[in-house]
Amino acid sequence: MAIVDIFLLEALLNGVLLGGVLALLSLGLNLIFGVIDVVWICYAELIMLGMYGMYFLYTVYHAPIVAAAAVCIVAVAVLGVLLHVLVIAPLLGAAPINQLLATGGVLFFLQSAATVLFGIEFKNLGLRLPVLKVAGMFVSYSRLLAFAAALIGMVLVYLFLTRTYTGTAIRAIAQDRQIMPLMGVDSRRIYLITSALGGGLAGLAACLLVLQYDVHPFVGLSFGPITFLICVLGSLGNFVGGFVAAFVFAEIIALGGLYLDLEWGYVFAFAFFIVMMFVRPEGLMARRS
Amino acid sequence: MTRSLRWLGAAALVGLPFVYTAPYPMHILIIILIWSFAYTSWSIMGRFGLVSLGHGGFMGIGAYVTALAWNYGHVSPWIGAPLGLLAGGLLAVVVAYPCFRFRIIGHYFALVTLALSGIVLQVITATRDYTGGSLGYTPERYKNGSSLYAVQFTGKTTWYLIALGVWAFGLYIWHRVDRGMLRYALEAISEDEDGAAATGVHVTREKLKVTVLSAAMTALAGALYCQYQMFISPDTVSGIAVSLQMVFAVVVGGIYVPLGPTVGAVITIMLAEVLRVSFGTRAVGWDNLVYGILLVIFIIFLPKGILGSLLALRRARRGAAAGE
Repeated sequence: MAIVDIFLLEALLNGVLLGGVLALLSLGLNLIFGVIDVVWICYAELIMLGMYGMYFLYTVYHAPIVAAAAVCIVAVAVLGVLLHVLVIAPLLGAAPINQLLATGGVLFFLQSAATVLFGIEFKNLGLRLPVLKVAGMFVSYSRLLAFAAALIGMVLVYLFLTRTYTGTAIRAIAQDRQIMPLMGVDSRRIYLITSALGGGLAGLAACLLVLQYDVHPFVGLSFGPITFLICVLGSLGNFVGGFVAAFVFAEIIALGGLYLDLEWGYVFAFAFFIVMMFVRPEGLMARRS
Repeated sequence: MTRSLRWLGAAALVGLPFVYTAPYPMHILIIILIWSFAYTSWSIMGRFGLVSLGHGGFMGIGAYVTALAWNYGHVSPWIGAPLGLLAGGLLAVVVAYPCFRFRIIGHYFALVTLALSGIVLQVITATRDYTGGSLGYTPERYKNGSSLYAVQFTGKTTWYLIALGVWAFGLYIWHRVDRGMLRYALEAISEDEDGAAATGVHVTREKLKVTVLSAAMTALAGALYCQYQMFISPDTVSGIAVSLQMVFAVVVGGIYVPLGPTVGAVITIMLAEVLRVSFGTRAVGWDNLVYGILLVIFIIFLPKGILGSLLALRRARRGAAAGE
């Protein structure tokens, strides 16, 4: 019985840490959605590119890991801006679903570009972080790092949004995109900043994910969908909601994985999502007019 | 004129396998017809702004229910495929009814249905003891030969005619919806749900009708694909990639015209095949690379798709000619 309990505790703890990673993943997407009102279906693919960037800089070119991470974050931020300028901006007036589909095209493009450029082999950093042993439970150091980074990232984004002029403008745009340009806010500039910020957060997530997972062109499909669901469940654009949803999802996955298989963990998480959509639709309605 | 042209085209399509039977082009034609039917099924609801990213799930259900019923229950696909259709339709009701009831629309609907295709993919992978998981699944051969009972045929001609029939059936349904009251109701709903409800349209019921129809047809496409290929894997018949592929092909071909999905299937499948044949394994990934760029360009510049834009252009020309 005692053994079962320690496994349960370990699963719960790993769930919390996974929740940190998921929260970090959903943070950037949530920001983009809240401000620009666009779903980047290819968000996970931006992370995939960031992971490749880390792999090449660190493993192939032997750059110091912190410098590599900094370069990756900036590079993915630039990708985010490019995505906005090239794909989203021409479609801002179109039906929301068209923007979603266009970023779906970008998803195909990035996946196959990665296949063509990097091949389909799984690549990893070749860097093994220690596993901590706390009271008989095994905790991955890289997950702990991701968890901490997610918390810090959250706090920084929160401070940026509430304590700076630009941040206030971003929140204002998210509330009413018609009025704010009249108030002297340059909405195009705000969109660019938000895209860069969302991309940068994707880059940060990439730097932390690459410590735990192998990179391959389709890695985005393994955590992309769950990221969208977290954002939707926590009311798209609502950061605290996204954070809570990330932890709920992570615990479901961790416990499902403990008692059955990891896939069942995902099945339960998805099913929970669909049920929650019906039980608490007001979470979704909150931001819709 | 157009009517006689249409009959001529139909006659040519039916007569083709009796004159020309090279296996490879026939195989490509069959694949194109099956996917055209799947895309047409998607567009039946997609054209009314009900963008579902869950159709990969319906297709997977159709394929796997048919195959599992045959292998485990020794149930003929004549019963297995309808069971798959039923399962797909039921799943559509379970997910779509609350969606419509609680007015989950637009990209929220797309994301909920995205979760659905994720679930189906993960369930197929998780029940690997029965479904073979990611390694795929093969319906058992029936006395290694052709059999009407097992819906297994070795000749390509038979499959071509079956696929052609099903595809034509898909177009017929498209026309029925296009000519019926359902279309007006759904167009009103896609413009303004409250307005439609105020004029007496039962919003939830009408949306549910078209969704179940579309889901069941997609499940049929899955069953057909399974019987023809005799091999299915979660990645080729279900999941998010398949769902996106459907949306993509329809948008490229033309979402508002009956033959648009077919044109989309021809373009996407031919593109993949031409690249594969001319570049071999070096072309891995290139087809999707081109698709992706095309999709973005189409949505930005040609939201009506290739066929839709061509038809609109012709109509505009005619209008100009008549005006002079």
